[in-house]
Amino acid sequence: MIELLAAQQPDWLRLVTLQDYNARVVLAGTSLLGMACGLVGTFLLLRKRALLSDAVAHATLPGVVIAFMVMVAAGMTGRALPGLLAGAAVTGVLGMLAVVAIQRWSPLKDDAALGIVLSVFFGFGVSLLGVAMRLEGVNAAGLSSFIYGKAASMLLADAMVIGVAALLAAAACLLLFKELTLLCFDPALAASQGWPAGVLDVLLMGLTVAVTVIGLQAVGLILVVALLVIPPAAARFWTDNLRKMIAIAGVVGAASGAIGTIVSALFARLPAGALIVLTAASLFGLSLIFGRARGLLWRALEHRMLSKRVARQHMLRAIYEIAESSRTSDARLSGIEIPITAVVSKRSWDEKSVAADIARLASDGLVTRRGDAVCLTRSGEDEAARMVRNHRLWEIFLLTHADIAPAQVDRDADRIEHVLDESMIDELESILEAQTARIPVPESPHLLRTAEELAK
Amino acid sequence: MNSSTQTPSALPLTIRDLTVAYHRKPVLWDVDLEIPNQRLVAIVGPNGAGKSTLMKASLGLVRRASGLVQFYGGDLDDKRADVAYVPQRESVDWDFPASALDVVTMGMYRQIGWCMPVRKHHRESAREALAKVGMADFADRQISQLSGGQQQRVFLARALVQKARLYLMDEPFAGVDAATEKAIVTLLQTLRSDGATVVVVHHDLQTVPLYFDHVVLINMRIIASGTVHDVFTPENLRRTYGGRLTLLTEAVEALSRRQ
Repeated sequence: MIELLAAQQPDWLRLVTLQDYNARVVLAGTSLLGMACGLVGTFLLLRKRALLSDAVAHATLPGVVIAFMVMVAAGMTGRALPGLLAGAAVTGVLGMLAVVAIQRWSPLKDDAALGIVLSVFFGFGVSLLGVAMRLEGVNAAGLSSFIYGKAASMLLADAMVIGVAALLAAAACLLLFKELTLLCFDPALAASQGWPAGVLDVLLMGLTVAVTVIGLQAVGLILVVALLVIPPAAARFWTDNLRKMIAIAGVVGAASGAIGTIVSALFARLPAGALIVLTAASLFGLSLIFGRARGLLWRALEHRMLSKRVARQHMLRAIYEIAESSRTSDARLSGIEIPITAVVSKRSWDEKSVAADIARLASDGLVTRRGDAVCLTRSGEDEAARMVRNHRLWEIFLLTHADIAPAQVDRDADRIEHVLDESMIDELESILEAQTARIPVPESPHLLRTAEELAK
Repeated sequence: MNSSTQTPSALPLTIRDLTVAYHRKPVLWDVDLEIPNQRLVAIVGPNGAGKSTLMKASLGLVRRASGLVQFYGGDLDDKRADVAYVPQRESVDWDFPASALDVVTMGMYRQIGWCMPVRKHHRESAREALAKVGMADFADRQISQLSGGQQQRVFLARALVQKARLYLMDEPFAGVDAATEKAIVTLLQTLRSDGATVVVVHHDLQTVPLYFDHVVLINMRIIASGTVHDVFTPENLRRTYGGRLTLLTEAVEALSRRQ
C-alpha cells in the first residue's frame, strides 16, 4: 500500500522508480481512471452535458451508504469495493434519470434540474452517513473517504476493479467513436438516419456513470467531475480534430492521475484526489496558454502578425492613392513627394502610428522619408500597385455582383483583401475583364481626394 | 434499396391526417399532403406556420399526435436509404472539432454501420460530394472557419453523399451569399434531372416561381399544394399570410415578373 510506503519516508526513490508492486498497481489504476475519464469526458463536453457528471457523482453517496448497511446487515464487513460501487451506480443512475425527467417533463431549465438533483441526493447521502456512523458495532468511518477520495486506501483488488472498468469504458468510447460523434454534433441527423439517438444518449450517460463511480475512491465524489471536464477542455486548445482531441484528453487524464498519485505518496498528508485535480488544472493552464490550435499565446501572435500586415497594407495603399490623385501625367508614382499631414488625414490615424508605419515601410525599402514628406520607391510602387489592384477588383466585384450599398464597400473590401487568395483574384479578373478597361490598376469607383484637399 | 420493387404510384412522400402539438398548442392540424416524383418543391408559409415541424414530424424527429407518413409507399424505417435530411444550419454547433470532410462523412455513418471505422473509400466519396458543391479545396478546413454559405454547402454535400431519392432541406437558403444561392439552385436542378425529388423549406416568396416547380402553402394546415402555376396565386398567398401587406406586394411583384 502506498500509505505504508509514504510512512517510511526515505523510500521515496523506491516509490518513484516503482519498485513496489502495490504502488505500481495503484498508479496503474489511477492512470487508467484518468484516461477513461478523459475519453468519456470528451463526448460529454461536446454533448454539452459536462455538469451532469457532477450531479451523478453527488447522487452516488446514498447508494454507497445503503450498500454498506446492506452488506453489514448480511454479515459481511461492509467494506468490499465492488458492493459499494454497485450501490453507488444504482443511485447515480437514479440521479441521472431524475435530471433527465425534470428536464423533459417540467418547465425547469437544465441548471435548476442539476442543482436540485445534486443537492437533494447528496443531502440524503449525508443523513444516511450520519445514521450509519451511529450504528453499534460498525465502523463506518471509511465511508467518508468517498466524499474527498483517498487513493492511498486503495487495495490491490480495488485497483484491479478500477483498472478493468476504466479499460472497458475506454474501449467502449473507441468502438462507438463514430456513433457518439454523430450524437454530439447533430442528433437530428442521427435520428433521421435511423440511429437510436435515445439509446446512444443512454450509452453515453451509462459510460459517465461508470467512470464517475470508479473515480469515487481515488478522487472523491466532489472532485471527480474535474477529471471528466478538465482533460477534454485542455485538449481542445491543442487541436481542431476530434480524433486527436480525444487522444490528448486521454493522455492529460492519465498523466494527471499518475502525477497526482505520485506526489500525494511523496507528501503523506496530501490527498491524492486533490492533487490529481490540481495536476489536471496545471495541464489545463499550460494548454490554455500554449495550445497550438486555440491557445492564447498563438492567438495573440497571429493577431499581432495580421494587424501588422494590415497596417502595412493600409499605409502603402494610402500613400499610393494620394500620389495617384496628385500626379499630373501618366508618369510613375515613385518619387512623388507626399506630405505626412496628407497621409495622416487620409484615415483616422494619429501622427505617431503613421510615423512608425512609415519607418517600417522604409526599412523594407518600399518608401523613403524626406523630411515632412514621404515618397514611394520603385519596388514600393510595384507592391502598392498590386495591392491596390486587388482591392479595387474586389470593390468592383462587390459593386457589380452583390447588393451592397457603395458606401459600405470600402470597409468590407479592406477586410477581405487581406485574406483573398490568388485563385480568387484570378477569378475576379476574368469576371471583370469585360467591364474594366485598365486591369493593371482599374480606376477607383469612388472619388479620391487629392493631396492638397487632404492636407487642408 | 428496394427501388426496383417500387410501384409507379409510390409517391416520395405521402402524409395523412398529420397533427402535431407542442404543449397542447397545435402546430400542424390535419395535414394531408402528397409530394410528386422528380419535382423541386417549396414549402412556404409565415413564421411559426409549422414548415420545419412538418419536415421533422415526417421524419419522426418530432412526436406526432396523430397521422400516417409514408415514403415511397412504405414506412420510413424501410426507406431510410432513400431519404436524406438537411437540418437548419443553426441547429448544430459549428465550433465542433471537425473538418468539412468529417462532417460530410457523417452522411455515410449509417451505411458504414455500428462500430465499423470510416474507410478510405468513404472519405473518397465524401471528397467527391464536396467537389460537387464547389468545396473541394475546403475539405480539410475546420468547420468554424467556413462562412455561412460554405457551411450550408457542407451540409448539402453531407446529404448528397447519402445518394438518396428524396431530399428534405430545412431552409438551405437562409443566410447564404448570392453565389452560394446560385450554386445550390443549380445543384437542386441537377438532382431533379437525375430523378430525385427535393423538398425545401423556403422563405423568400420572390424566388419561388424562379427556383421551384411545385409549391406547398402552409399555415398550420395546408392552404394549397400543387404546381407553382396553379397554386402560387395572390389569392392563395393572402389566405396563407393574412393581411401582411409588404409580403403580398413582394409576391405580386414576383408573379407579375413571371408572366
